[in-house]
Amino acid sequence: MAKELKLMKGNEAIAEAAIRSGCDGYFGYPITPQSEVMEYLMAEKPWERTGMVVLQAESETSSINMVYGGAGVGKKVMTSSSSPGISLMQEGLTYLAGAELPAIIANVVRGGPGLGTIQPSQADYFQATKGGGHGDYQLFVLAPATVQEMYDFVFLGWEIAFKYRNPVMILSDGAIGQVMEKLYVGDYVPRWTDEELKKNAPWASYGKPANREHHIITSLELDSAKQEEHNHKLQAKYREMEEKEVRFETIDCEDADYIFVAYGSSARIAQKAIQLGREKGIKVGLLRPITLFPFPKKPIAEFSKKVKGILTVEMSAGQMVEDVRLAAEFRCPVEHFGRYGGIIHTPHEVLEALEEKIIKAK
Amino acid sequence: MFNPDIVKPENLVYKRTDVLTKAVMHYCPGCGHGTTHRIVAEVIEEMGIQDKAICIAPVGCSVLAYNYFEVDSLGAAHGRAPALATAIQRLFPDHHTFTYQGDGDLAAIGTAETIHACNRGENIVIIFINNGIYGMTGGQMAPTTLIGMKTATSPYGRTVELNGYPLQITELLAELPGTYYVTRQSVHTAAAVRKTKRAIRQAFENQKNKKGTSFVEVVSNCNSGWKMTAPKANEWMVENMFVKYPIGDIKVDGEKVK
Ligand SMILES: Cc1ncc(C[n+]2csc(CCOP(=O)(O)OP(=O)(O)O)c2C)c(N)n1
Ligand code: SF4
Ligand SMILES: [Mg+2]
Repeated sequence: MAKELKLMKGNEAIAEAAIRSGCDGYFGYPITPQSEVMEYLMAEKPWERTGMVVLQAESETSSINMVYGGAGVGKKVMTSSSSPGISLMQEGLTYLAGAELPAIIANVVRGGPGLGTIQPSQADYFQATKGGGHGDYQLFVLAPATVQEMYDFVFLGWEIAFKYRNPVMILSDGAIGQVMEKLYVGDYVPRWTDEELKKNAPWASYGKPANREHHIITSLELDSAKQEEHNHKLQAKYREMEEKEVRFETIDCEDADYIFVAYGSSARIAQKAIQLGREKGIKVGLLRPITLFPFPKKPIAEFSKKVKGILTVEMSAGQMVEDVRLAAEFRCPVEHFGRYGGIIHTPHEVLEALEEKIIKAK
Repeated sequence: MFNPDIVKPENLVYKRTDVLTKAVMHYCPGCGHGTTHRIVAEVIEEMGIQDKAICIAPVGCSVLAYNYFEVDSLGAAHGRAPALATAIQRLFPDHHTFTYQGDGDLAAIGTAETIHACNRGENIVIIFINNGIYGMTGGQMAPTTLIGMKTATSPYGRTVELNGYPLQITELLAELPGTYYVTRQSVHTAAAVRKTKRAIRQAFENQKNKKGTSFVEVVSNCNSGWKMTAPKANEWMVENMFVKYPIGDIKVDGEKVK
């Protein structure tokens, strides 16, 4: 694949990836800090090049339901938003999950609660990984830490979404959305032809040919016995994801006495904190979850047997730490550190927290 | 006297359309939902567009419409059908995407989706069943409920003070430049059924010609919710509903009817 070097904002990378990955439709509503996604698409006019539909909806409620419609007919459709907009989409997300529809939803997280702030945050972890909408469902959640990953995870997102017929959330934050970095982009993947769509999404409601029964996309099943069965099927799918799709990265963990667990922007800050720590003789490494659901429980469990303590770093009051504690099962101390409300912690603060909460606390 | 010799295909004057499935409809006897389903299905059959028709079912009594239409279908969240239809029709511009919605679905919880789809002039067909009540959930007040009308949540009759005015959403939508065809019909008599069928045919023809939004309201009884027999409900509908919601074309070929 021909690689081309570009300099882009994370938000623009998502938009560029949409065009290059053969996305059929993007539906969105402006909100800081992710408005560049739709602005970039509108400026690029991909409908003239690839036929991709781009539409500004009247609300996030509408944009996620446009996504539901497009996904239901087998198209590769996506949306993006930031925290308050994603809250408004929760209805659509649970319907997508219930009807088992593939789609990509990018959340460029900002500080909350409420209207909060437009500055970066990671306080939507619970909402992304534990539901947010009603019912027993899971989004597949990818956490990019670089502009390159903002781009790459759109491609990966389609793969996962269609393989499992499940909505995929790309959970980033205002920092990754706004920062400009270099990235490599690849060749254009053409949009699916009608024939390819029928092959790749044979279940979809793309229009009933004479030779088959009609297709119905719905999350409704009034017969409780069948609804339970449907739920069992969903749960089996989520367990399969946990078995096969966990993605994570480890940095400087080989000799580590302590590890940070951090994703996205916090993982990059933690990397700097590792450097500072090692300069002082503190052997610390990083486990970076790339999938937040499915969560890397096993590697964390393994580390909890070896290290003296784990510090989760997240721009929140402590959300992911609950999953890390569950994985560590009290085999070692697990603490949380994070600034929040739109404040980004510094590497020094992170290292200090490790010393205070883990090393000295022992 | 029954003469078996005349039972031949060439003498057939009526048959069920293949665009309806054989599922037994769950609608109350005398309810307009079933009749309207049949009309939509007949139009789809006559136009030969079954392979391109996409039905968006609402949340309301017609939530299971997708079990009855023998076309590819999607069930929308309450009120969101026009958003689904917007995307689908844009992604498949030669398809025939239509929504089928009740008055609570279209004119209360889905008002924003309805108005904006119509205002963008989405090339979709909207079939709107106005029965002045929330049939499915047990007969609560709808935005279209008439003043004085008793429902489960307006047990002493709707008042302006408490609930505001009945919403004439159809007239409102006709004001939008995006709507090309806006009409109000009913299905309580054979003559009315014929007119409604012409209207629905017109709507799908407009869509074929990419004219923008076609909106067909069907004023219908909810005999269960209104707590009347079906014949009585139709009488009451003519005497009361038709006053607030007069039958006839409101906008044709993009022009308001004078
Ligand atoms: C978000 C949400 N709120 C409320 C409901 C409950 N609900 C189901 S149908 C309905 C009203 C339907 O009334 P209408 O659209 O007039 O259809 P009808 O049954 O009269 O044909 C309501 C409130 C729901 N399903 N979803
Ligand atoms: S409750 Fe009303 S709207 Fe629903 S099927 Fe019965 S009569 Fe029709
Ligand atoms: Mg109603």
